[in-house]
Amino acid sequence: MISTKNLKYRYKGGPELSFPDITCNASDILLILGQSGVGKTTLLHLLGGLLTSGQGSVWIEGTDICTLRDTALDKFRGKNIGIIFQQNHFIDSLSVIENVMIAQKLAGNRVSESEARTMLDRLNIGHKAEKSVRDLSQGEKQRVAIARALINKPGLILADEPTSALDDHNCDEVLALLQEQSKAAGSALIVVTHDTRLKENISNQINLMAS
Amino acid sequence: MSIWYLAWRNIVKNPLNLIMSVVLFSLGVGLISFLLLFNSQLKEKFDKNLAEIDLVIGAKGSPLQMILCSMYHIDNPTGNIPVKNALPLLKENHPLIKQAIPLSLGDSYKSYRIVGTNHELVSLYGASVFSGSLWKKDFEVTIGSVVAGETGLKLGDTFKSAHGFADDTDLTHDHASFVVSGILAPSGTVVDQLILTNTATIWQVHEHQGEEANHDDKAGEHHGHEEGDHDHAHDEDHAHDDDHVHDNSNTDLAAHPDEEITSLLIKYRNRTNFQALNFGRNINENTELQAASPAIEINRLYSMIGLGTDALRGLALLIAAVSALSIFISLFKSMRERKYELALMRVMGAHRSGIFALIILEGLILAAIGFAVGSALSHLGMNWAADYLKEDFRYSFTGWKWLREEWWILAASLFLGMLAAVIPAIQAARTDINKTLSEK
Repeated sequence: MISTKNLKYRYKGGPELSFPDITCNASDILLILGQSGVGKTTLLHLLGGLLTSGQGSVWIEGTDICTLRDTALDKFRGKNIGIIFQQNHFIDSLSVIENVMIAQKLAGNRVSESEARTMLDRLNIGHKAEKSVRDLSQGEKQRVAIARALINKPGLILADEPTSALDDHNCDEVLALLQEQSKAAGSALIVVTHDTRLKENISNQINLMAS
Repeated sequence: MSIWYLAWRNIVKNPLNLIMSVVLFSLGVGLISFLLLFNSQLKEKFDKNLAEIDLVIGAKGSPLQMILCSMYHIDNPTGNIPVKNALPLLKENHPLIKQAIPLSLGDSYKSYRIVGTNHELVSLYGASVFSGSLWKKDFEVTIGSVVAGETGLKLGDTFKSAHGFADDTDLTHDHASFVVSGILAPSGTVVDQLILTNTATIWQVHEHQGEEANHDDKAGEHHGHEEGDHDHAHDEDHAHDDDHVHDNSNTDLAAHPDEEITSLLIKYRNRTNFQALNFGRNINENTELQAASPAIEINRLYSMIGLGTDALRGLALLIAAVSALSIFISLFKSMRERKYELALMRVMGAHRSGIFALIILEGLILAAIGFAVGSALSHLGMNWAADYLKEDFRYSFTGWKWLREEWWILAASLFLGMLAAVIPAIQAARTDINKTLSEK
């Protein structure tokens, strides 16, 4: 689970962004909506420990990640947070399944090809396991990204605009998989988006407003 | 799935970059290692052939030429010296000289030199008879192992010599026919490449030169070194007694004071003796002979060859520097292209040091491949060049030899690869995840 308190961030020379307190329990889903420029990505990066100079606290699985630094933070993030981006980049020189396995490796977990294969199968992408990630379609890429985010069974999954690059059909499918798999892994899922198609599907919502 | 695997995949993803880096790097390494192989083998051969000879005495001319001719059998003789001038040096009880071995040159067979000398030359180079025996009579020869291997001469075979050192059938002596009486075991010295006989045989071969004036003029054009030869052949007053047996000893030389020899190889009784130190200079200043110290002349040669190899080494180092630059550029470029990838690795839990290590590893792998290819090239190249070098230097070289110094080249290569990777690696490690991932 995750909860935040008095989370604030100020870019150099910019206004201070302050965010509402957030709580999301294991197996729950939280949708954070907002137009461009209201700090959605900033919030997501604060939650994921990618941005460290914020104020306030972010508790994930009982640890305030705002107190973690350097190696400890990298390690914590690798093990406990899975992040899915809008434009999912992969390590181009590796195959699909290797891209999932490297997430295990970098998190310091045991590297298991069979686990990675099972995860890909659950996301209906197992038949592409040996392919190069460059040969995948947008929808397929998003599924591999989900597999990669879930492989370490993290306590928190952050998804940044996971559907905005997808057509309606793929949007529904990817969202369904995301919900299903994060529930199965017992992870808290936070989706940050301006994609209004998701509004109907997720009841737990927060709207970010320009301050 | 290891960091090695990832580094390797990243390298092979860009085959053009890989080829460019490896080609340049291997060129630098190859050239340096080739020079090393060449120099060390040349030096080894030269050193081995020094055979503790303290002094070479011959006709006046270039001392280096005389040494190269008499000890390494590369260059032409500076001329000949009359036996009577050399007689004082040949005395058994000479106070300074322990051993004086006469050499007479002038003929060859298939470009292998025929040397008129005595049996002491064989032991001087530590050679031993492999089959047959050392020469006993005139026109009997004992041939070195390389000569036997290359010409196919066997025990009992006969052959005619050519005047001079080039393999030129026009210059064949028609009447002089040599018989192979023995073959030497390989000694790794210059003796392997020589055809040895007694001094008198050389005299007899050239006695006939006067009779074939035309032939000889032709020969003279080819070898300016033999000014003395013509005279001695024409002025032949004392007829050779064909029954006279030449016993190879220096006393035999004394019986022919008007004949000529090319040079003498001298070993001192005590090389630190004060008189020995001045002996060579005395000869040069007070006689018509020339004395030269092999150690001094060969060192002079090394420093001359050294200039050439220094220039080549400079070029090789330049290539190595350029190749390091190319590795640097290719890593830097690929690091830029992979900025998002590297940020992603950080997101997945990789620490800065891990990213740093990855890029360094890529530099090291490139350098290692470059070293392996370059090293293989230099060894193969050395082996290939050995045939040509053999013609020029009359020594056999080999590429199948690993020098201790090559480990240093490996270490230097890896260091260079690491150096080239350091800046890209630092840049990569510093990458701000947040900023990189926010750029779309």
